[in-house]
Amino acid sequence: MSRIDARFATLKAQGRTALVPFITAGDPLPQATVALMHELVAAGADLIELGVPFSDPMADGPVIQHASERALARGVGLAAILGWVGEFRRRDQATPIVLMGYMNPVEIHGAARFAAEAVAAGVDGVLLVDCPVEEAAAAAPLRDAGLQQILLAAPTTGEARLARIGAAAAGFLYYVSFAGVTGADRIRLDEVRAQVQRLRQSVRVPVAVGFGIRDAASAQAIGAFADAVVIGSALVAQLAGAGSEQEIRARAHDFLAPIRAALDAQDRAR
Amino acid sequence: MPTATLANPPADYHSYPDADGRFGAYGGSYVAETLIAPLTELRAAYERLRVDPAFIAEFERDLRHYVGRPSPVYHAERLSREVGGAQILLKREDLNHTGAHKINNTIGQALVARAMGKRRVIAETGAGQHGVATATVCARFGLDCVVYMGATDIERQKINVYRMKLLGAEVVPVTSGSRTLKDALNEAMRDWVTNVADTFYIIGTVAGPHPYPQMVRDFNAVVGREARAQMLAQFSRLPDVITACVGGGSNAIGLFHAFLNDAQVRIVGAEAAGEGIATGRHAASLAAGRPGVLHGNRTYVLCDDDGQITETHSVSAGLDYPGVGPEHAFLKDTGRAQYVGVTDAEALAAFHRLARSEGILAALESSHAVAQAIKLARELPRDQLVLCNLSGRGDKDVHTIAAREGIAL
Repeated sequence: MSRIDARFATLKAQGRTALVPFITAGDPLPQATVALMHELVAAGADLIELGVPFSDPMADGPVIQHASERALARGVGLAAILGWVGEFRRRDQATPIVLMGYMNPVEIHGAARFAAEAVAAGVDGVLLVDCPVEEAAAAAPLRDAGLQQILLAAPTTGEARLARIGAAAAGFLYYVSFAGVTGADRIRLDEVRAQVQRLRQSVRVPVAVGFGIRDAASAQAIGAFADAVVIGSALVAQLAGAGSEQEIRARAHDFLAPIRAALDAQDRAR
Repeated sequence: MPTATLANPPADYHSYPDADGRFGAYGGSYVAETLIAPLTELRAAYERLRVDPAFIAEFERDLRHYVGRPSPVYHAERLSREVGGAQILLKREDLNHTGAHKINNTIGQALVARAMGKRRVIAETGAGQHGVATATVCARFGLDCVVYMGATDIERQKINVYRMKLLGAEVVPVTSGSRTLKDALNEAMRDWVTNVADTFYIIGTVAGPHPYPQMVRDFNAVVGREARAQMLAQFSRLPDVITACVGGGSNAIGLFHAFLNDAQVRIVGAEAAGEGIATGRHAASLAAGRPGVLHGNRTYVLCDDDGQITETHSVSAGLDYPGVGPEHAFLKDTGRAQYVGVTDAEALAAFHRLARSEGILAALESSHAVAQAIKLARELPRDQLVLCNLSGRGDKDVHTIAAREGIAL
């Protein structure tokens, strides 16, 4: 069983909602990335989404765009990121890691070579924002090497495609809560709840909801019906500008721990 | 469809793309999940409209009475004599309304937008030519128009920015990334993903996700269809070589497409070699790039070893793009077309030469094609015919040229 599947099975047995923070690898300080990942786990993360910075992040709002630009300006690339994952794995063999990014870095690295290196480093899944299920053949070398390709669904995803996505989904399904870019504030709870119920007709894997979740209250509201909540831009914005590893860890903890506590309180009450 | 290669060329170049928008290994729809639905809707609408006689008739009527088509094929006799080789013929897209081939595509897409009931149009622009062509048709069709433009380009192209505003468009500066065309395209995609229900995205070149490379080509293919018929009527034969400049590649594919199955016609695309390909300061994606994925399609891109898209350079803002339309990538790999670099200096020299020998100020983009036509003609006998797409007029570039040459206006 993959690390992602095992983690969701455990959470399900415990009746808990998964908390999934997203950080841009190498931001705000490249040398603090591994310490930040451990801190996220200590503050209650069940799975980490590690953003691979790209020069042209078409689906991202300003917060993650700027984080990518900062990381790129510091020379962060796939080799460094896979190195950090390997280092993280020396102390943590349980927390799944999903790399999230765009096609071109993987293409240029060579999909098969990237996949082999990612598996060796301890990466569990890959979410390619610009690789919908229609283009999944391009990611076949990743799946062949044992990585789970995390697929997305959106409010605009129709029924026929949902069935196709459901059949191909592995690990979990990432539901984009609204039509927009990351970090926008457009979430409408009733719609998201109805959509997640619709997804569950076609999809057997756990459903994570992302885009627009920014604090304990919004995490709780989504956690009431989703298997996992993803928090990206709000966390990245909190970390931006932190000047030392200590400060980065403190900010990450202060941001994430209350969200974990809120989710746990809600889960216990069920 | 088996992948066509140099060793296995396709029998019919007009059969591309396939149903998934692929030109051999290139093209496709590499976009965020949210955009699949609007792209599917667009594809269905376009598939219906492209064979709808009423739609075709309206498009052709607008090209004739609003754009001023057909544009002539002009025999540049003085230039040809000076060069001393083959005869140089110019397809005069510079004589179109708004001064370039871009209007062929924006008219077509505005008609599609209207047929789909979309009231709001967005576009990206680099030099501002596509932005002006989009603002123009939006004014004419009464559509709201928002144009994304890199902050750096807005500084460089103030006149076109004002022109768009005169036409009623809102111009939004883009301050992310390199603040140029590629970033404007990213920002337009972000707008589209946010406003999918009521917004139509008019992409300005033969790139982007399927069906854009096909649709933009189809609307520009009138250039080659006309030129092919004009060659037969005026010279009783096809040209020996055709050439056009290639940034994203819309004017080039517009000219090339009608000739793709004429195996005897040699096809040469002129990319922006900037300060020279060896300097790294260029925009020659086909000549110096590698296959990757950018802006929704698989194509040749300029990027570093980590897959990060690199900044490009060209004296001509319209060629300053790190990708290229997927059909050009396909034509390169099959060997049907050849792509070569033309430097800033060569383009500027061709600009002056055409101005003085024929009384035509060509756009800096088109001047790359003129430079290539001159190179080709020089090496060919006098009875051969080189057809060059003069894709736009140079009025917009007068300030750039003066500044480069140290002349205060």
